[in-house]
Amino acid sequence: MGQLFGNYDVGDFYDEMFAAPGQVRPHYREVLERFEGMVDGEVERKQALATATFLNQGITFTVYSDNQGTERIFPFDLFPRIIPSEEWEHVERGLVQRIQALNQFLHDIYHEQRIVKEGLIPEEVVKSAKHFRPEFMGFDVPKDIYIHICGSDLIRDREGNYLVLEDNGRCPSGVSYVLENRQVMKRVFPQLFGKLKVRPVDDYGQELLNLLRYVAPANCPKPEDPTVVLLTPGIYNSAYFEHSYLARAMGIEIVVGQDLVVRDDVVYMKTTKGLKRVDVIYRRIDDDFIDPTVFRKDSVLGVPGIVSAYRKGNVNLANAIGTGIADDKVMYYFVPRMIKFYLGEEPILPNVPTWLTMFEEDRKYVLDHIPELVIKSANESGGYGMLIGPHATKEEHEKFRQAIIQDPRNYVAQPVISLSRSPSFCDGVVEGRHVDLRPYILSGEKITIIPGGLTRVALRKGSLVVNSSQGGGSKDSWVVDEE
Amino acid sequence: MLSRVADSLYWMARYIERAENNSRILDVNLQVTLDDENTGVDGDKIDWEPILATLEEQKLFNSLYTVMNADTVCEFITFAKENPNSIRSSVAAARENARTVREYISSEMWERINGLYLWLNSPAARQMFASSAIDFFRHVVDCSHQFHGTTAATLTHGEGWHFLQIGKYLERADSTSRILDLKYHILLPRGEEVGGNVDTIQWQAVLKSCSAFEAYRKIHTGQVTPWSVAEFIVLHDSFPRSIRFCVEGVDAALHRISGCDRGHFCTDAERLSGRLCSDLNYTRIADVFKMGLHEYLDGIQLRLIEISTAMHSKYCEWMEPAPGQGQKQEIA
Repeated sequence: MGQLFGNYDVGDFYDEMFAAPGQVRPHYREVLERFEGMVDGEVERKQALATATFLNQGITFTVYSDNQGTERIFPFDLFPRIIPSEEWEHVERGLVQRIQALNQFLHDIYHEQRIVKEGLIPEEVVKSAKHFRPEFMGFDVPKDIYIHICGSDLIRDREGNYLVLEDNGRCPSGVSYVLENRQVMKRVFPQLFGKLKVRPVDDYGQELLNLLRYVAPANCPKPEDPTVVLLTPGIYNSAYFEHSYLARAMGIEIVVGQDLVVRDDVVYMKTTKGLKRVDVIYRRIDDDFIDPTVFRKDSVLGVPGIVSAYRKGNVNLANAIGTGIADDKVMYYFVPRMIKFYLGEEPILPNVPTWLTMFEEDRKYVLDHIPELVIKSANESGGYGMLIGPHATKEEHEKFRQAIIQDPRNYVAQPVISLSRSPSFCDGVVEGRHVDLRPYILSGEKITIIPGGLTRVALRKGSLVVNSSQGGGSKDSWVVDEE
Repeated sequence: MLSRVADSLYWMARYIERAENNSRILDVNLQVTLDDENTGVDGDKIDWEPILATLEEQKLFNSLYTVMNADTVCEFITFAKENPNSIRSSVAAARENARTVREYISSEMWERINGLYLWLNSPAARQMFASSAIDFFRHVVDCSHQFHGTTAATLTHGEGWHFLQIGKYLERADSTSRILDLKYHILLPRGEEVGGNVDTIQWQAVLKSCSAFEAYRKIHTGQVTPWSVAEFIVLHDSFPRSIRFCVEGVDAALHRISGCDRGHFCTDAERLSGRLCSDLNYTRIADVFKMGLHEYLDGIQLRLIEISTAMHSKYCEWMEPAPGQGQKQEIA
């Protein structure tokens, strides 16, 4: 082993690259050789090249906290995460199963609620879910698809089993990083791509466009050629780069709320040639903000009247309104039951073991073991509203204890999972850092999953939090066919 | 095309042009002041006040600075964040507009604008500014030229391109008329003392501020006279920074957008631009001086504003006042 990996510490975790100290997994062999063969300073040069590429292309996210509107790049780690194809096919099967169950669940919850009637999910959980939209009971969405674009977060435990950590069925972000990371890696390591059969990710834009065109609404005047737009909150949104990137990849207009107007329950965009009818909206605005006449009255991001047009079947929204109920971390607990109930199958990808503090027995256990557990608030994301027991102070434990007692419906607890680690460049040396994986699942005429997805890496030593707002970065993820 | 996109393309081009014009004005003035004999506090004022007057920024400047000299004026017009038309602010505004139309413009165009923006905000730009301001301004001008070249070579010459041209040419015509107007007043306060050494230098400076010196020299040999300089800058039919050429560009772009034949009009903007075009086509410089150069240029500036207003009410009538884009939503 050369100098780059000579001192690499596998640690007491599942390591993506090494089965044991000095024993590289076969699918990493080629990459190891390439990296070991680099001359002094080459890693730094390539890292600098990658960083400059991101900055020049404006692949940045906006940090809200300071009023300068600072733009930062999402830190990128050169060392790829490699998934052998056999492993990936298992993940894919599991994700397809899961999204099918979630879509059926959403249909059911907005129609008969069989799953509640048959006692598998308590009624009060549905009723009290923050993102449940009872206004849409009995409403039929086009093609019966609710979550068109899903980003599910996967982690691996100490044995290397893939587990689902959470589902993002509203506006999952990050896919542009998958596409851009790949572009950058091809520029930086062209030789590696020649040798390894890395599955391409470039057709994501086309697949997404196909899907959006497929779900044109009932009253679309030209169903064979619907007008699709992407609705963004605007350039100050931290994911704006991604919105713009995807619109470009699909060749569709990117619009902000004021570009759209509703007349007689039809949505139009304002163009230099007058009003143009819009049929499908890939909206990157949450339900709460999408229509000030229906949801948050103070929203300036949305379009007044758009929900009424949606109800009349004059426009379709992706994802559908009300999918947020599936993002509720309490609802997550019930997904394995949904899979059995709707599909009659055993879950291929298990959940992380979860306690619901709304159940008395679970609550008792959780309150007694807070310092060992991860506590999550049911409806927050981005790494907020979360307590990692072993890394937190006594005061923080107490704060969450009180919060759970006050509002047991809105908390869940999980054991601390030792996320798998992947070698990463940290200040000139290679060290193991914890990673997760967010594949993107598209449900249209068929279900397609981008090979690999976004690998997020917790670049702070020992950290388990991979979110960009909390010091996370990303890696290119390669699905490769083994020889 | 979305009205908002048309509007952003228009402003993106205007702001880039503004940054370029400001750079050139400062570049030329720095060079002229290196030659002149005005010294001391009064000398600085004589050298630099006209620049602020051209840009109509005296008031804002006086509220920010106590002394007027090359350092403060250049700082104010180059870097001052408080000045919405400083080079840095203009480039930031151009980039902000470019960001909102990222999916419309080419990646190469974006990288040009973004690169200039990042550079202007980097220590490298400050260093260059400190060691040679003239190099600094030339670099900005180069970047603007590269942007226009990249645009011409990579953007489809469709509707968006025409809105971009309108922004560029309106800004340029406005800037050219201001440079000339100002110098006319300073140089010929009472319509006398034409000729003489300093005058020649100043009139050459006017030409250089419009990048017109070399082009002018190819046509006029001999003495540089206010008469022929004004004729060249206002009425030349093919010099790309003359007012006539710019208005032609605006008129052609407006007609391309609507599909209406030139020489006719189907929008108010075309009517106004066509009329201004004709005026410039059938005017002699003697007529201009008879009317008074200042009055003439003032009239042109007003008519440029009218064209811009008419264009906006035709194509961007949907545009609403500044959106509250600061509203946050969580990112999953």
